[in-house]
Amino acid sequence: MILDNAVAIAQSRRGHFAEGSYAGRAHVLMERSLMAFKNSAWLAVLSGFFEPVLYLLSFGYGLGHLIGKIPLQNGHVVTYAAYIAPGLLATSAMNGAIYDSTWNVFWKLKFDRIYQGMLQTSLGSVDVALGEIGWALLRGFAYAIGFMCVVVPAGLITNWWAIMAIPAAVLIAFGFASIGMAITSCFTTFQQMDFINVAMLPMFLFSGSFYPLTVYPGYLQGILKALPLWQAIEMVRDFTLGIVTWGILWHVLYFVVMVIFGVTATAKRLTKLFLR
Amino acid sequence: MTNSEVLIEAKQLIKRYGDFTAVAGIDFQVRKGESFGFLGPNGAGKSTTMRIIAATLTRSGGEITILGKDPEKFGPEIKAHLGVVPQMDNLDNALTVEENLYIYGRYFGLSKAFIRPKIEELLDFAQLVEKRSVKVEALSGGMKRRLTIARALVSEPEILMLDEPTTGLDPQARHILWDRLFRLKEQGVTLLITTHYMDEAEQLCDRLMVMDKGSIMAEDSPAGLIKSYSTKEVLEVRFGSDRNAVVAPQLKELCERIEVLPDRILMYADDGEELLHQLNQKGLHPLTSLVRRSSLEDVFLRLTGRTLID
Repeated sequence: MILDNAVAIAQSRRGHFAEGSYAGRAHVLMERSLMAFKNSAWLAVLSGFFEPVLYLLSFGYGLGHLIGKIPLQNGHVVTYAAYIAPGLLATSAMNGAIYDSTWNVFWKLKFDRIYQGMLQTSLGSVDVALGEIGWALLRGFAYAIGFMCVVVPAGLITNWWAIMAIPAAVLIAFGFASIGMAITSCFTTFQQMDFINVAMLPMFLFSGSFYPLTVYPGYLQGILKALPLWQAIEMVRDFTLGIVTWGILWHVLYFVVMVIFGVTATAKRLTKLFLR
Repeated sequence: MTNSEVLIEAKQLIKRYGDFTAVAGIDFQVRKGESFGFLGPNGAGKSTTMRIIAATLTRSGGEITILGKDPEKFGPEIKAHLGVVPQMDNLDNALTVEENLYIYGRYFGLSKAFIRPKIEELLDFAQLVEKRSVKVEALSGGMKRRLTIARALVSEPEILMLDEPTTGLDPQARHILWDRLFRLKEQGVTLLITTHYMDEAEQLCDRLMVMDKGSIMAEDSPAGLIKSYSTKEVLEVRFGSDRNAVVAPQLKELCERIEVLPDRILMYADDGEELLHQLNQKGLHPLTSLVRRSSLEDVFLRLTGRTLID
């Protein structure tokens, strides 16, 4: 039945899960993002697709020419391009999610006051958190598909497990977007936002996209392995290179925890900001 | 009017932020179809009260019900009853005028089929038909306000809440906005308005609550307030900034009450012209003089000893 009365719609949520903070309408936030995307944001989204492709061309084929083949733990040998491709896929899923959930969110929070506008309607903070994070997740999904369309014809993928890299990229985007939005909702100045950039670049360079962590001393390896990007790269790499063990589930669990923590923290923070 | 249904009822409503008390135990009722105003200077507690009603701020004490419901228990439902026009515009700059109306309806869970014809009606009401495909950023301040009001009406709310609706607008834009609000009032929409402009309060409100420092100073119709707290007319005189204080004691003897402001003296009397005549007879010749009707500004001055806009 279609209810077309705002009050009746809100009343129909009585007794539902988290009725005060969740109206079951996260999808309308995605509808909004789609409209905004059509209006202008598509260029920024497109650039996120080219970034890993350019890295792949430069490092994979340029530098890879000097490096030659890479031996894997399971005894197989792969080209350098095939070795870094999963790292780049994981990184692009992360970057898309982080861009959406940090700068975009910061702008909407501080200057356009869009979340304030949403929360003065019968939408709840959980709807807003899930809807915004959901859009970042869609973006991760699109990047993963786009990147696959490049690496599969290039012959860098040789096994069927690689298809799992797509849901893995979605999970990675989900995790990063959740945490990114939670952190951004605590920030109030541009200077604080710069911390995000400061944290992202070294993580990208040193988390094992371009070479294995075994080049580092043990304690540094431990630190890097605790970071989400290493977890992401390992998960995607295991799938694209076909090294599938139960161990992958640990990476999955890592991101599931990130998502739960991030969504909860974001919803709490939005409630604190706009519905004290 | 007095017999109609009570939509909002507050009893001893309190809001504290740490040691600071923003709303200090106020009581009021708003009835269906009424245009109710909170008049007071910045920091009087008007916006805080509005936010408590709109279920976006929790109270520290007292009771409040909106259509019989407690906003802390039925937040989403209360918000569905209300149309909110905040003090600072929070339109969606990434979207066009039309899209702003559309998506706002979607936030309430309304269907496309319901919203589409509604958009046409609201664009017409807000006089923004030609701007429908324009991005919000490109609109003037007055247009943005009209769009914000139109947006608040998309869910057909029972109560429209306007927080300082014309602050920052030029006189022409203000008059257009007042005209639109007047139409809503005629249609029977219950309006809740905060303002620190007395002309706005006089134009739009049937009943006013004068607030200062979180408390209610008085409550009545604009005309009733003026009648109770001021004389019919006011004579404004200037003797120059040095002499104002010197002549003040002499002026005090001539009328009911005077107020010495930094730049002028206000003399309260039922016949301003007659008072000016007496002044001249006494040999007190002000540099400038003006006789006007009493306004809410005078009421406020009487109640708080301060002017509305400092």
